[in-house]
Amino acid sequence: MKLELRGITKRFGDFTANDRIDLLVESGTVHALLGENGAGKSTLMNVLFGLYDADEGEVLLNDEPVVFAGPGDAMAAGIGMVHQHFMLVHPFTVAENVMLGHEDVTGPAKLLDLEAARAKVREISERFNFNVDPDAVIEDLPVGAQQRVEIIKALSRDASVLILDEPTAVLTPQETDELLGIVRDLRDAGTAVVLITHKLREVKAVADTITVIRRGKVVGTAEPTASQEELASLMVGRAVTMRVDKDEAKPGETMLSVDGLTVVDEAGIVQLDGVSFDVKAGEILAIAGVQGNGQTELTEALLGIVPSDAGSATLDGEVITGKAIKDILMSGLGFVPEDRTEDGIVAPMTIANNLILDIHDRKPYSRGGVLQPKVIAEEARKHVEQFDVRATSIEQTTGSLSGGNQQKVVLARELSRPLKLLIASNPTRGLDVGSIEFVHKRIVAERDGGAAVIIVSAELDEVVALADRIAVMYHGRIVGIVPPDTDRDTLGLMMAGAHDEEEAA
Amino acid sequence: MSDQTATATDEKRDGRGLLREIAESQTAVVVFAIIASMILGSLLIIAASEDVREAATYFFSRPSDTFSAMWHAVSSAYIAMFQGAIYNPNGGTFAAQIRPFMQTLTVATPLLFAGLGLGIGFRAGLFNIGAQGQIIMGATLGGYVGFAWDLPVGLHLLLAVLGCALGGAIWGFIPGILKATTGAHEVIVTIMLNYIALNLLSWLLTLEAFQRPGSDNPQSPQVADTAEYPLVLGDQFPLHLGFVLALLCAWGAWWLMERSTLGFQFRAVGANPSAARTAGMNVKRAIVLVMVIAGALAGLAGSAQVLGTEKSLTSGIAASFGFDAITVALLGRSRPLGIVLAAILFGGLRAAGPALQVQAQLPVDIVLVIQSLIVLFIAAPPLVRFLFRLPAPTHEKEVAA
Repeated sequence: MKLELRGITKRFGDFTANDRIDLLVESGTVHALLGENGAGKSTLMNVLFGLYDADEGEVLLNDEPVVFAGPGDAMAAGIGMVHQHFMLVHPFTVAENVMLGHEDVTGPAKLLDLEAARAKVREISERFNFNVDPDAVIEDLPVGAQQRVEIIKALSRDASVLILDEPTAVLTPQETDELLGIVRDLRDAGTAVVLITHKLREVKAVADTITVIRRGKVVGTAEPTASQEELASLMVGRAVTMRVDKDEAKPGETMLSVDGLTVVDEAGIVQLDGVSFDVKAGEILAIAGVQGNGQTELTEALLGIVPSDAGSATLDGEVITGKAIKDILMSGLGFVPEDRTEDGIVAPMTIANNLILDIHDRKPYSRGGVLQPKVIAEEARKHVEQFDVRATSIEQTTGSLSGGNQQKVVLARELSRPLKLLIASNPTRGLDVGSIEFVHKRIVAERDGGAAVIIVSAELDEVVALADRIAVMYHGRIVGIVPPDTDRDTLGLMMAGAHDEEEAA
Repeated sequence: MSDQTATATDEKRDGRGLLREIAESQTAVVVFAIIASMILGSLLIIAASEDVREAATYFFSRPSDTFSAMWHAVSSAYIAMFQGAIYNPNGGTFAAQIRPFMQTLTVATPLLFAGLGLGIGFRAGLFNIGAQGQIIMGATLGGYVGFAWDLPVGLHLLLAVLGCALGGAIWGFIPGILKATTGAHEVIVTIMLNYIALNLLSWLLTLEAFQRPGSDNPQSPQVADTAEYPLVLGDQFPLHLGFVLALLCAWGAWWLMERSTLGFQFRAVGANPSAARTAGMNVKRAIVLVMVIAGALAGLAGSAQVLGTEKSLTSGIAASFGFDAITVALLGRSRPLGIVLAAILFGGLRAAGPALQVQAQLPVDIVLVIQSLIVLFIAAPPLVRFLFRLPAPTHEKEVAA
């Protein structure tokens, strides 16, 4: 099996997403497609998968030109794709999703052969330790498990070329390592794997060949032996520092004090189990942990979105638990939500409006219940410039921005009021290297300005780079608070629930 | 590229997403939808015309007769509609010539009031189907003040109008508070409240307090002169003060949604309630307020009926204005200016009905079909774009590709 793309060009209006791209993928290799968000990686794969028609260029399969009219053709030719955004039917079970599109029937009544699908799911799940129950309903599964279902779907169709579009964006470090293991197994079994990513560590870990794309063009190929810095500078076109530049923290008074905070969800399950910790002014506490171990509940309980069932949180001497969200925000909490598009922005509203979402009823943005459009526009222009939001106008809808720029809008909003505490969940998820650097700098600046900062991140790199102290969560509890130079194996063990009560800092 | 595509595909394909799509459809699509409906309407007129059918019996000997009959049928129908709704050149006096347009504006008044309320709801993400019931309750309460109380000029009208707004507001508050506190879906609740309102009014009309003295008919006494909307352009036109009030409300609705902090919250809650909540907005309060405002505006539509044109309560007081107003709000893209234009268009179509029947001898139902076709086309923007070769908006292009 040999798949080749020759001179692929794809335009959207005046915008050239792919500019004469060549790519060669061979059986038994892992080909990494590396590039920033918006570089044109996904567009290229959508062309290959038959979702977009190329304006120029051709696709060759075993040296024969082929034209895929749609995903069906591509799949029949042995190309499987795991999309960045899952293509799953939420009310269906795992087995039903896996059989979707090639529903086998059994018996004289031609009933759906669910048993065969279940067996297939079980078989693949066991082979790769996916731990996926074929009868689980998709919407009840955590994001990480949903993605494993996507992978099962592709694998169940015996794909000989497997395209993984940003597969680790939602995975925990452990899951990522497991996935990289799967990628290696697949390669050894003769599958050609195309790994689309902007994460250098993964590329270096599994890729045999690396093609770097920038602004829709191939800017070079690299060997996996190239250093992260070399790859990064190739990707963004300038030298990038991989470490966050920050001085030693100068912690002041205790700003936030959490005491025995407990959250029980509607189903009666304890999601947050008596969590206690302090954060001082001028320090960053990073919360590490596999997704779904209570981090979300912790941040949401602090903001007041979910009610806490026991315990309390005190911000600068004032108890905030039980208060209205609005009052908590206005008492000096900045909140960067985990899911940007769901909780962070109102996509159809303008950038200017999104920048005042939480303060639209305050002076000077409004007076006596009347909005002040001039002030709003002026401030918006200022913030857009300060936070380097790439937009044509402040009247542009926020939904039309790229993910990185949307995140900058959220940050610009949250950091524009004086903060005592900043809570940021996965602040750089899905962002490109340049934006990550910018976001990190801003967070450190907030710390140096005297705010207490809580970072929740599934990316261990980010946790280690930003943290002054690391709190590790497991099953709704904090299993330990450790210094940032703790080695990764120890952190990994703690994230897996090994009790390490070594208190530090 | 990937991020932009993602946000477009991620938009939920539920009722909320549909509402937003309709609310943000291009003006060009709306205009061409109206044109397409009139073209399809022409085919119906041809099919319904006696003359065309007669000429078609000898089509093969003289086909030109059929075609001229078709042309005649269509042109006379649209001329009749124009003369019935806008301007009648055979009127003699100028007043008689523009009387049709004044009639159009009068019919448009309740549609405008109710459409404004629904539009605010739609932008706040609430699919309020209850304008019909809200009109009935508004007309009932305001009408009662109008015929049962004896008050001085000015004050009586004011209280009657406020009564109408209050009646509608109460009928909007119920689904609002139910949704905010229990999550009950507003579509179901408002539909059911329409039935309750209608039957409540029918029952009230059997009571002595609501019955016209010396009559057994389910009809209330006439509202007092002091509670009627005065005619604004003299006795020769039916246009009453309610229309002026409706225009003021249109401006008020624009101001509320675009200039007030409350409208800002309504828009944010409508587009993304969870982000609105995370930003500290009180989503439940917004839902209740939107429903109360929508109900009050629908109640004012009831005032246009009971204090303006009908002048007494019957069980048919709301006609089908509450449902037509949904169409008006969608056609007007939930924006006040759009709703003003859409209400006048629909007022015109309704006003044209009798002329169509008398002048062109066509069934009045054709007007309803044209109204319905307009909505159908608006709900399917890609169809209109295909028919008229309009460019797709950029974000849809990517999703469609």
